[in-house]
Amino acid sequence: MALSHLAASASRSSSLLKPLSSALSLRRSISGDNSPLTVETSVPFTSHQCEAPSRSVETNPKELLTFFRDMALMRRMEIAADSLYKAKLIRGFCHLYDGQEAVAVGMEAAITKKDCIITAYRDHCTFVSRGGTLLEVFAELMGRQAGCSKGKGGSMHFYKKDSNFYGGHGIVGAQVPLGCGLAFAQKYSKDETVTFALYGDGAANQGQLFEALNISALWDLPAILVCENNHYGMGTAEWRAAKSPAYYKRGDYVPGLKVDGMDALAVKQACKFAKEHALKNGPIILEMDTYRYHGHSMSDPGSSYRTRDEISGVRQERDPIERIRKLILSHDLATEKELKDVEKEVRKEVDDAIAQAKESPMPEPSELFTNVYAKGLGVESFGADRKEVRATLP
Amino acid sequence: MLGIVRQKMLEQSLKKIPPAVSVLRSYSSAAKQMTIRDALNSALDEEMSADSKVFLMGEEVGEYQGAYKITKGLLDKYGPERVLDTPITEAGFTGVAVGAAYYGVKPVVEFMTFNFSMQAIDHIINSAAKTNYMSSGQISVPIVFRGPNGAAAGVGAQHSQCYAAWYASCPGLKVLAPYSSEDARGLLKAAIRDPDPVVFLENELLYGESFPVSDEVLDSSFCLPIGKAKIERKGKDVTIAAYSKMVGYALKAAETLEKDGIDAEVINLRSIRPLDRSMINASVRKTSRLVTVEEAFPQHGVGAEICASIVEESFAYLDAPVERIAGADVPMPYAANLERMAVPQVEDIVRAAKRTCYRSVS
Repeated sequence: MALSHLAASASRSSSLLKPLSSALSLRRSISGDNSPLTVETSVPFTSHQCEAPSRSVETNPKELLTFFRDMALMRRMEIAADSLYKAKLIRGFCHLYDGQEAVAVGMEAAITKKDCIITAYRDHCTFVSRGGTLLEVFAELMGRQAGCSKGKGGSMHFYKKDSNFYGGHGIVGAQVPLGCGLAFAQKYSKDETVTFALYGDGAANQGQLFEALNISALWDLPAILVCENNHYGMGTAEWRAAKSPAYYKRGDYVPGLKVDGMDALAVKQACKFAKEHALKNGPIILEMDTYRYHGHSMSDPGSSYRTRDEISGVRQERDPIERIRKLILSHDLATEKELKDVEKEVRKEVDDAIAQAKESPMPEPSELFTNVYAKGLGVESFGADRKEVRATLP
Repeated sequence: MLGIVRQKMLEQSLKKIPPAVSVLRSYSSAAKQMTIRDALNSALDEEMSADSKVFLMGEEVGEYQGAYKITKGLLDKYGPERVLDTPITEAGFTGVAVGAAYYGVKPVVEFMTFNFSMQAIDHIINSAAKTNYMSSGQISVPIVFRGPNGAAAGVGAQHSQCYAAWYASCPGLKVLAPYSSEDARGLLKAAIRDPDPVVFLENELLYGESFPVSDEVLDSSFCLPIGKAKIERKGKDVTIAAYSKMVGYALKAAETLEKDGIDAEVINLRSIRPLDRSMINASVRKTSRLVTVEEAFPQHGVGAEICASIVEESFAYLDAPVERIAGADVPMPYAANLERMAVPQVEDIVRAAKRTCYRSVS
């Protein structure tokens, strides 16, 4: 369990100070405030070819409450997606992120919307942390016009360019060179921003990842490769796929950091550290030790290659939302009831968004032929029977 | 490390290697001549000069001056931030280039030959071609993939394949195949300016060939439309449709056919995707006969697509079945005599044209 320090006067207290000290007689409102708080991460960082950052993380009540709310929202959203999939309102692939929420919220807390994020197909929560709405999520999942890709992408292809979220990719590992390319363009444009390219333990063995890492290191690109290690590449445990599952070390000449991915504050600290590093020294790898409660996708029960005890064990010991709840309660930043009310609120938000998404119509038939090109040049395109269905591309 | 040294040298050096335009030979009254190599080089130079977002990436494009010298002089002129030598890692550097295009800069990626593009084909198709559609227009991909395509001379099976049909079958890509220097300049400039991913198929054996170029072609604003074919030779008896090097062969075949009283119309496709179906159909409606010519493998190829288009749109106008001349349906052999048999020759085109006219071919 994390030891907490209370910085009542912006100086670090000794570790003997109990959380419920006299300073806490001031009850803070549920919305929190920005007064600084220092929390220790669950475990220290392990580093490769670099100095690990401190395990003392600066935060504040507002941030912790935001973490709680955002993660609760994401959790509820993914569970609702599970139900929609079973009701056959979502088709095809649906890869759920519940359990991994701390990575999305912790990362966002360390960066700006000018920094880029790119990930693979387990992208619903990352999209939301980049500013995407629940309506856009559910409508896209159900293939409706109000979806973030107007129904034409589906679960694996969420994008939000105006906040530098570049998807949403179906081909395992492809997003890593793409992410290094985003970093290249940021450097080319002299934007002083960085790119986080997320990938899983399954993708960590892809050759193109090492090709892109080599280029990033040679050219000093501000690229941060983030391995979301949930320990299973679909049904294959990491030790069956990787000769060396120490993914933070796999960069060889590229520094790396191993992070408790279930601890949002550790994630935040690591991402902050990585951003500073990448802007000065080029690429760095972050390995987030995380866990997914669902199977690989909705087609995978997730229990043929892992025991139910393992899953419930992680849920009990390491759940990211529970960690923040305990932190908030132990610092008396909110009451249990207030937190439960937040959970009720987000549940209602999710339900409302689903209802609204269901109202959204499916795309017009003419949308079959839009966006094939950015500049269609008025060329012809065809439906299945070209004598019946033709269109001019705008 | 070397980049830093080079950067310093660059700050002091003048343009050591002149851009292509000054290499023009101009005769007193005849049209100016320009090689394909110089046409491509000048097009890259002008587009890089006009738009600071355009940059080059590929193996040997910088310090080596280009494996086929297409990018000669550009590193000296634009510096190592805009002309990037990559390691021999097509999957990696193509992915990096596509990601850069997502952000909004404009890469021109060179594949030393398109055979190597197969290592990167997932990024060309899944990362580049489909993204504008999947994102419903949020993310466009203004990238050009260029390099030599098709057969060279004696380079064997792994280095001789033509990829026109493969890439042209994919919605979301534009695929261009220049023949002349005018094509090379105009289409490469159009490709770089286009906001979509463009596959630009050059031909190694044409790089050194000279073609006449007008002042209009030499102007830096010159551009050709994507999706429009060109009638290289007007005729009335048979349409011969070809792309790249085969256009030259088709023109030679037309000269031979003329001696036999057959007046061939030669179409230079220029654009494989979009294919200029309306021009090809209009020509066939005039001549009633068609021969398609490509160097590529025959099955599921460009000629097959053109034939299907004619059958769908202009069946009643055909006076003879469509003839298809293509590379042999075998991997490219090395021995010179077998290699000659593996690619179309002028006499193959002549023979096929005569067949459409029901003339004896003996």
